[in-house]
Amino acid sequence: MTTATELSRRNTRRFMIGALLVAATAFVVIAAGGINKNLVYYWTPTDLYANGDKAYGATIRLGGMVAPGSVKNRVGVSGVDFDVKDAGRVVHVKSNGVPPQMFRENIGVVVEGTMTRNGYFQCNRLMVSHNNEYRAPKGGHPMNKEELEKLMRTTEGLKD
Amino acid sequence: MNALLGRLLILASLLVSSTGAILAFAAGAKKSLDGLKWARRFAFAFSACMALATLVMEYALLTHDFTVSYVAQVGSRSVPTWVTIVSLWSSLEGSILFWGFVLGVYIAGATWLTRNEHIEYMAYAIGTWLTCGTFFGFLIAGPASPFNTVPAVPDGPGPNPLLQNHLLMIIHPPMLYLGYVGMTIPFGFATAALLRGRLGLAFLKPLRNALLLPWIFLTIAIMLGGWWAYEVLGWGGYWAWDPVENASLLPWLTATAALHSAIVMERRGVLKGWTVTLVQASFLLTILGTFMTRSGVFNSVHSFTQSSIGPTILVFLSFILVGSIVLLAKRIDLLEAEGRIDGAFSREAMFLFNNLVFVLITFTVLIGTCFPLIVEAIKGKQMSVGRPYFDSMVVPAGAALIFLLGIGPALPWGRVNKEHAMRSLLPPIAGGVIAAALGYAFGARNAWTLVTLLFGGYAAWVTLAEMWRPVAQRMRSGESILDATSQAQWKRGRRRFGSYVIHAGAVIVIIAIAVSSTMRTSHEVTLKKGGSAEIHGYTARFRGIETRVEPHRTATIAVVDVVRDGRVITTLEPRMNQYAMMREPIGTPAVYSTLTGDLYLSVMNLDPSTETAGLLLLYTPMVGWIWYAVLLMGLGGVIALIPVRRVYAMTPEPVRVATPFVAGEGAGAPQS
Repeated sequence: MTTATELSRRNTRRFMIGALLVAATAFVVIAAGGINKNLVYYWTPTDLYANGDKAYGATIRLGGMVAPGSVKNRVGVSGVDFDVKDAGRVVHVKSNGVPPQMFRENIGVVVEGTMTRNGYFQCNRLMVSHNNEYRAPKGGHPMNKEELEKLMRTTEGLKD
Repeated sequence: MNALLGRLLILASLLVSSTGAILAFAAGAKKSLDGLKWARRFAFAFSACMALATLVMEYALLTHDFTVSYVAQVGSRSVPTWVTIVSLWSSLEGSILFWGFVLGVYIAGATWLTRNEHIEYMAYAIGTWLTCGTFFGFLIAGPASPFNTVPAVPDGPGPNPLLQNHLLMIIHPPMLYLGYVGMTIPFGFATAALLRGRLGLAFLKPLRNALLLPWIFLTIAIMLGGWWAYEVLGWGGYWAWDPVENASLLPWLTATAALHSAIVMERRGVLKGWTVTLVQASFLLTILGTFMTRSGVFNSVHSFTQSSIGPTILVFLSFILVGSIVLLAKRIDLLEAEGRIDGAFSREAMFLFNNLVFVLITFTVLIGTCFPLIVEAIKGKQMSVGRPYFDSMVVPAGAALIFLLGIGPALPWGRVNKEHAMRSLLPPIAGGVIAAALGYAFGARNAWTLVTLLFGGYAAWVTLAEMWRPVAQRMRSGESILDATSQAQWKRGRRRFGSYVIHAGAVIVIIAIAVSSTMRTSHEVTLKKGGSAEIHGYTARFRGIETRVEPHRTATIAVVDVVRDGRVITTLEPRMNQYAMMREPIGTPAVYSTLTGDLYLSVMNLDPSTETAGLLLLYTPMVGWIWYAVLLMGLGGVIALIPVRRVYAMTPEPVRVATPFVAGEGAGAPQS
């Protein structure tokens, strides 16, 4: 091969490598920042309290049981208020919008939203487990952490 | 009986593929023609075994042979026959068997089509394919066996109701498999090129076509998945950056990049190693995708397919990954570049930028998808990466892509004459301005949507101009418009024409995604019988709740009249379907589609006792355009794939093989 093609090959390669390096660096910085800002935490009510101030403003998937006697449908407008609890703690949740068909007391739910400084959890997405194998425990027996984690994993919201 | 027969066939396929793979690699190393012949026979035998095993499974499903484990798992006497037929791919074991079948068809097809050509590479290619065949044969024989014998039950539960709920589910999985599995073929070709240490111009054609065919299937499959989610899941969207959706998108991104870099390789003789890398990556990503969807590490709407085959796939993935990296590291320098890229402002440079953007999107999606897995593996904490991450990264990249889609084809190859460049770059700006102005007039205010419209209008102009150019040239030399069109687009420039059809489809898709995702209106209401709600000029009037008993399900339906300008234009029936074997009902939305947008009604809850319904009302502009424009892209791919009957002035490849292939030497399987 002649030196000319050898040279052009090197030029091409240098161009490629340079472009790749610049792009890769910019990309890593942007992607890391983007991921960091948009993490969704899967927490139980106990986890939520344990994380303290971090809960305010962060996107959280809160998994727990709907506490018996806590469900209050709003009058006139769509929306529902209820408490989500695990073995230890209770979080008050306000959800705008119409709850799904399966929603009721004593059922495992996953609510996505954030903790407000007014002491309640603002829910943007209310999900009831669609997993066929999973059955909500009877009689309001609080689920343990393992069960709740499984619930959060297997519940996928069907709503934006 | 069926179970035993199935097991035997799978064992035979495993035996044939493993022996064939060893034989093929040996034939490649020894350059033995007889060995290659035998490798081909083994490839056909593998395909036959897989096809027969699949037939046995279909027979068992149709005859409700509940002694076969898979039939006991997904079969049911109470479902319609079409559901029984498609339940082959409704659950893990069956879908892996179906995978084996598709792999067999691809291997047989590729082996047959190359029977007289590319002797230099084919033994290695067949060896690679059969290695993949061995792996899937092993999966079907062991960890994911559908043919276990179980005590017969009187009736089975039937396939997952989410799958029975819509016709799109019949075609989405096969399309996806055709796309996924098909990536094995170009992977085999690329591996063969690396093992042989060269990639000649003649070998580019099979490589590119082998890439284009699964690309077409994958493109359509991704769209069908989105369309299905839209029609069935009831939240009104078609894409949620769900890990499983991402899994189907990742190989598509690298394959699209590879299709483009292959063109540069053909025109300029450069980017050989890069193209091969992209092809390898596409295959690896299909295996990674299989791992994501089939192992249960991610739980999502697709979580009905989880099982314990994860570790096996992970081992295979690592094996292929390490193998590919070693092979690339050792051999990539042998794939000599024969040309060069002139300047940063030529068409080939735009191809490079296109490749960069595709690779960036791939990494963005890959990192966002895998990050939660890694965190959980290390720290044991559950989390996920939210949708805004993906949107904020991919939206600018998508805008960059549509920008390149406009500017690339407008630029000439090689060194660019400034005046010439301006002549082709300036006029399309009018198209961009028109599109953006139209969007603004119709209420688009989102900056990214307007940018997308601007670039999209530009790209549309360029695409149409490029389609028109060869026709105009011919007409200038006196041909009639019909002759000129058929000559330029069909008889000669078919591949070029097909590419621009794909581009036209892509422009529409990107614009439709931008518009539909930023300009939709939604409204959640609880209606009593007779009540109504308004959205985007439509009035939804709730007429009441009906219950309908169907053979395999009971439907509770909210009957809603859609009124526009005082006239009932249609009646929508969003519903809750209760399947016999399911504890919970499944909501199914109803859609009224028009050219400009869709009215979408989804049931949140229904209470027949009080005749109230909680409804989600959505109006999404242009969403239907996505499905049809993707079909247009598929059509463009098919046009580009149909071989052109034309005598190429092709110079035969210089033979640089040290020892030529000889018959009768080193034939037969090596003794182990």
